Order: sequence, then structure tokens, then C-alpha cells
Amino acid sequence: MSEIVIEAVGLYKDYSGFQAVKGIDFEVRKAECFGILGPNGAGKTTTMNMVQGRSPLSGGELRVFGMDIGKNPRRIKARMGVVPQENNLDPDLSVIENLRVYARYFDIPKKPALRKAEDLLEFISLLEKKDEKITNLSGGMKRRLLLSRALVNDPELIILDEPTTGLDPQARHLVWQKLRGLKKAGRTLALTTHNMAEAAQLCDRLVIMDNGKILDEGSPRELLKRHVRGSVFEFTIGTEGTDDLLACLNTINYETETSGDTIFIYTDDAESVLREISSFTRVGFVHRQATLEDVFLKLTGRELRE
Amino acid sequence: MIELLTPPRVGRRAFKVWQRNRDTWLKFYKASLVGNLAEPILFLLAFGLGLSQFISDIEGVPYIEYIAPGLMVAAVMNAATMECIFGAFTRMSAQKTYDAIMVTPVNIEEIAAGEILWGASKGFFSAIVILAVLIPWGLVSSPWLLLSPLLFLVEGLMFASLALIVTAFSPSYDYFAYYFSLVVSPMFFFSGVFFPLSALPAWVRTVSWFMPLTHAVNLSRGFSTGDLPASLLLDAAWMVVFTLLSSWLAIKLIKRRLVK
Repeated sequence: MSEIVIEAVGLYKDYSGFQAVKGIDFEVRKAECFGILGPNGAGKTTTMNMVQGRSPLSGGELRVFGMDIGKNPRRIKARMGVVPQENNLDPDLSVIENLRVYARYFDIPKKPALRKAEDLLEFISLLEKKDEKITNLSGGMKRRLLLSRALVNDPELIILDEPTTGLDPQARHLVWQKLRGLKKAGRTLALTTHNMAEAAQLCDRLVIMDNGKILDEGSPRELLKRHVRGSVFEFTIGTEGTDDLLACLNTINYETETSGDTIFIYTDDAESVLREISSFTRVGFVHRQATLEDVFLKLTGRELRE
Repeated sequence: MIELLTPPRVGRRAFKVWQRNRDTWLKFYKASLVGNLAEPILFLLAFGLGLSQFISDIEGVPYIEYIAPGLMVAAVMNAATMECIFGAFTRMSAQKTYDAIMVTPVNIEEIAAGEILWGASKGFFSAIVILAVLIPWGLVSSPWLLLSPLLFLVEGLMFASLALIVTAFSPSYDYFAYYFSLVVSPMFFFSGVFFPLSALPAWVRTVSWFMPLTHAVNLSRGFSTGDLPASLLLDAAWMVVFTLLSSWLAIKLIKRRLVK
């Protein structure tokens, strides 16, 4: 049994009448990457705010490193690094000063702090920008700097709130690569995201949240197996021949779902579907493997949030 | 309400927030120095020299010497207020600096306390700079001036706390205009900086007794002239009590605003 880093039992948060988190249980184990997935307003950020000690619990229990977050916030925060969703780098300071001043909040003396800062800038490929102003950095550079700032205190646990939102693919892949490296080095990662590719890339285990509740949890593979079949076909409704095609498919074991102008067909027997479709040459379709996104949409529904 | 009455948990880490502000200020302290000096010197020249043609002296003191002690404490008020209003509000909202700090071992109360200490430091500094000009100019002279740094410090803490209370309540920059027009400006003109309050109707004197700057002006004038009536002890006590209350409240209100 591996060590538990975060343990939430009946975690509950109420904002003057609005229940943002409705009594959830989860645990994050040492050296794993744990993800919280959910649409906007699901309660992910609220949950993370409670873990960071920024938001007091309305109910339930929350232990980080075995300590109660309400009773030992300082000792917990000293061992934790946080990458926020929004940039809150200090614009009054240069790149390296940001790290140096942040290290001071953790009682790290100047010399080791500057040494650490250079190492971290090297790690995220920003060393040549060390004296640059924050306003002169691109979005991707800022996010990398936020990541390195979260590492100044050598945290055992790193919390990331949508770490790659708004990044271009190159920057996103670099961040993912760094995060995988951190996990390999034994750090525990807990992240929120609504990017399914990110969750599939990084997370060992994840929970899917909606409306303040956890809908399911497991590894990406387990969730796929539990909720969707291996292949997905997408057809556009109203295209000539689609209705006839669907009628032909009833000998095959499949599930179907309609959303807007698209029909989704989920099946483990892609070959049979392909064989049937081949006689309808005029029907356009997309055939792909099922992904976490299908699981996510199946569990949380397709209606627009917020 | 109960939350407001429990003592703030402020430790040594408040100093780290002070250091953060000092580090950023040191980058452009020269510009800051000019700003600190320019306004009070302008007042001294305009009112002190200009008006002295018409006002021979007040309470036996040449007019320019009469206003000098008050201008020092008015400078403390202005510098501490500006810092804990515009500076602190910018760090709290636009820059989200507090959000970044509060996930470290520094807690929210220490962030607020650090801001108050820093606002007080800026107030202190701006008055010391003026004092350094007034002494060689010969406008103030008394061994009691040795006590004025202590006055500037307490006064700085007082106005920094008061400003941070306003910051804790303000939804946007626009609301600061109320504080400046309705509180800071009346204090500047009706706290005895430019003329004795005895010249005013009794009700104005009553109102000005409730203005923090009045007590700072009384003490500063006492230290500058060496004329120390016993009532100055009451002024000092007033300031200490008010500073304790307002700093407590400022820390609590900033916490209430930032905790989600």
C-alpha cells in the first residue's frame, strides 16, 4: 500500500447557499499523477483551493501529508508547490527575481535561492531570459516560469490548475514532458483540467467531477473500458442514406447517441460496421478510437456549461 | 463578527512581504524621492513664502515655520495612504500578488501586516527626507525633534492601516475618490497644518478631534518648536489606540476579502 499524500473524506464546500463541492471522497498517492476532470463549474478549482489551504472547508475532512489542512496550513504549504490557472507572476520583478523573492517566502536564504533559481530556469529553458521583465514574456514562457516558481521549495506535492490552458501545442508538449519528468523523480502531481488529451497523457488515476460530485474514478484505461466501447463512428444527420445505413446496423451490437446534427455509434465490432458502411459509399463518416473525451461527455452530458 | 474579534495570526513572515515591496521600490527610489520632496517643498514655498507677505506670523511664529511641522506629518499621511490604496489594491487585484503569496507559508494576515509595515515605511521615509531639508533650512529646531521619527512611524502605521481598510472594501479604483475627497483632503485642510484650529467654530474643532491627522500635527508641532503642553500625551494615546484598532481591523478585513 503506497503512502497517501492527499486524503479527502466527505469534502464539502458551501458558498453562502451554493454547494460547490457536495461531499466528495478521494485520495492521491505518493508519486502518482492524479487528475480532476470536469466541465466549468464542476467544483474542480474549489476542491483544489481547499487543498491549497486557500479556502476553508464547510464540511468533511482533508488531510495533506497526513496533517489536517485547517490545523497545519504552514507546514503543509512548505512542502507544496502551486501552479495557478491565471498568471500571478510579479510584474514588478524580473524573471529571476520572481524566483528569488518567492523562495524567500519559504525561508530559503539568498545564495541557495539564486542557485536554485538558475537551475530551475535551465530546467524550463528560460535561463537566457533571466533578467527579462515579466511583461516581455510570451504566454508559454510565463506558464513555464509559473511551473518553475512552484518548484523553488522542492515540493513533494505539486498542484496544477489547468496547467496548459491557452498554450500552443509546442509549449503544451514541453510542459507535459517536464511534468512527466517530475513524476518520474518521485513528486506527486495533482491537476485539474478539461483537456482530455492532457489527462490521458499525464494521469495515472483520475476522477470525473460534475455539479460538485465525483461521477467516477479510475485510470484512463479503466474509465474507457467501463464507459465506452473501443470504436466510434460519427455521422452527420440528414446526409443522404444515413437512415438506411442505421437500419442495416441492427444486427451489430452497438450503442448510439445523437447530439445536435451528429449521430455517434459506439461499438467493439468496428469491422462489421465498416463492412455494412462499405455498401453505402455516399455516406460520409468519421471512424476513430474512443477517447477519454467520449467517457467525459457520456458522464457529464453534452449540454453547454455556463 | 466573531471572526473580526479573534486576534490576527501575524508572525515574522510579514517582514517577507515588506521585503518584497522594498525590493521593487529600490528599483526606482530616485523618482520616488523626487515625488516625496517636491510637494511639501512646493507648499512651503507657495504658502510659506507667498502668504507670509500677508500673514506676519501665527502664535508668534513666522508663517513658513508654522506650517513646516504639519507638512511633515501630512507627507506621512499622503505617502502611507497612496501606498496602501493604489499600491496594495494593484497587488491584490490586478497583479494577483497576494494570490501567489498565500499558497506559501506566509499567511493572509501576514500579507496585510506586511503591507501596513511597508506603507508606514514609505510614510516614515518621506517625512524624514523633508525633515532633512527643514533642519538645515532652519525652519524647525528643537532637541525634541529626536522623537519625531517615532511619531512618523506610528502615524505611518495608522494611515497605512486606515488606507488598507478602504482597499479591503473597494470593488475598484473608482471608489478611492470617496476616501480622498471625503477623508484625506478635509484632514489635510482642517487638522491644523495651515492655521490653528482655535480659529474655527467649536463644532469644526470637535470634528477635527476625531481626525487622526490633527493629533499628529499637534505632536509634530510640539517636537518642532519644543513647546510641549500636557495635552500632547492625550494626542499620543489617541494615536496609539487608533493605530491598534485600525491595524487589527485592516488585517481582518483583508483576510475576509481574500478567503474564498
